[in-house]
Amino acid sequence: MIKNPYFRERIAFTLLFIATAIVVLPVICILFFIVKEGWHAISWEFLSQMPRKGMREGGIFPAIVGTLYLVFGTLVFALPLGILSAIYLSEYAKDNFLTRMVKLAIINLAGVPSVVYGLFGLGIFVVFLKFGSSLLAGSMTLAIMVLPIIITTTREALDSVPQSFRQVSYSLGVSKWDTIRHVVLPHALPGILTGMILAVSRAAGETAPILFTVAAFYLPRLPKSIFDQAMALPYHLYVISTQVPNIKLEVRYGTALVLLMIVLSLNLIAIIVRAHFRKKRKW
Amino acid sequence: MQYQVPEPKRTASRILKQEEVESKVLIQVKDLNFYYGTRLALKNVSMDIPACGVVALIGPSGCGKSTLLRTFNRMNDLIAKTKVEGEILIDGVNIYDKDTDVVSLRRQVGMVFQKSTPFPKTIYDNIAYGLRLIGVKDKHILESVVEKCLRRAALWEEVKDSLHRSALSLSGGQQQRLCIARALAVNPKILLMDEPCSALDPIATSRIEELMEDLKKEYTILIVTHNMQQAARVSDKTAFIMQGELVEFNITSNFFTNPSNKLTEDYITGRFG
Repeated sequence: MIKNPYFRERIAFTLLFIATAIVVLPVICILFFIVKEGWHAISWEFLSQMPRKGMREGGIFPAIVGTLYLVFGTLVFALPLGILSAIYLSEYAKDNFLTRMVKLAIINLAGVPSVVYGLFGLGIFVVFLKFGSSLLAGSMTLAIMVLPIIITTTREALDSVPQSFRQVSYSLGVSKWDTIRHVVLPHALPGILTGMILAVSRAAGETAPILFTVAAFYLPRLPKSIFDQAMALPYHLYVISTQVPNIKLEVRYGTALVLLMIVLSLNLIAIIVRAHFRKKRKW
Repeated sequence: MQYQVPEPKRTASRILKQEEVESKVLIQVKDLNFYYGTRLALKNVSMDIPACGVVALIGPSGCGKSTLLRTFNRMNDLIAKTKVEGEILIDGVNIYDKDTDVVSLRRQVGMVFQKSTPFPKTIYDNIAYGLRLIGVKDKHILESVVEKCLRRAALWEEVKDSLHRSALSLSGGQQQRLCIARALAVNPKILLMDEPCSALDPIATSRIEELMEDLKKEYTILIVTHNMQQAARVSDKTAFIMQGELVEFNITSNFFTNPSNKLTEDYITGRFG
């Protein structure tokens, strides 16, 4: 066999390109399909009105608001807890057996099926702590689910800050905590925001964790307090797709499209913020 | 072949007499042992370092000279599983005492690293960083210190119109002088330099050396260098370290012309190392 490096180069390139195309294609198809089927359903009325007549008419406003509340509530619990514990694990915890076990456990938590988090939330927050099925219980359940994501990405961001920056800071007589606050964290912030983006997407899109902890089947009003139930888009989508007969297809796709748009625009905000912080670093 | 001391631009006043060099002891190292894990990296080092002036630490790679340098501001504390025995007295106070405040020790003992490491901030913020964290908020004080330190580091004329540009836009030599200015901003009395010129071209190197000449009137400077000519040019006393042991510590002019130890002579004449 003739060993022609150019020929082999072409084979490798083609293989890599095809693999990438196979990955990208379904994403484009899904987007295209949902937009094509769903955008007829989108109207001001659809976005801003309560559902009527067993969800067959009216809009999805409470589900949109419910999802936004849940995402916000999730971040309120998960961000501070996740970032602080990541700082502890990366900067302060001694490298011993216990620390390594904790780190391993956190990484593995990311792989736990979301329905398990749902059951856990039901047991702890809804039943044991008597929050009932509520925004509070749902947010906390989602927060526990996204904590591993936030901790892992934050730790990666912290570990990627050059050690020399820390050394210089210490050599100037700056304490460890001040070094973390003024050198390490600003440098790690874009990476931490990446974790936040992933967490938002996950929290907005998951159905199983909210199933037992917050989601209302049909609640044509906005939640009154954090102890109130709420509708949420993923669960609403599940309900109108499987539980309620005779719902127009375009309403289902319209709902999916709205969910997609919310996740994308939340991501977009985070990406803009991240770009802003990246620019503030004076490279 | 006898090692030729390069003829530097020495002015008469620069060559210190023995008595002057020995005038006042600022740092006393007493029976210092240093371990990385179980490996003994410094063996029984004892030396008296006078106030003001430049002390060069030379020796083959891995001999422990950087380790010795980093014991003076306890940067070795950051490395896991290291152990120190013995004492280092600065102004008569043992810095390895249990009650030593390492943070304030490091304000007294500044450090310039081998690789220039400006923070990804502006020139101004780089220098103000240490001061701000001591709690200096007054803009006028900050501005005057930034100017003073940049002048001190012979960088002011080059950057005075671009203080709010990124420090990373400076050239390598300028960055290293910025790092010196940054170290001076917290007002240390001792300055540790770990091969500060190893990544610089000869012109930038000579600027740093001129700067050291100027700074040594007010600061005690310890410099680790691989470049024996540099040690001969800039230092008043030179310490030769080999395999963790202090072989010779002598007035630089004697050190290079009339070494008292055979090992030193072999090293500076290039017979090994």
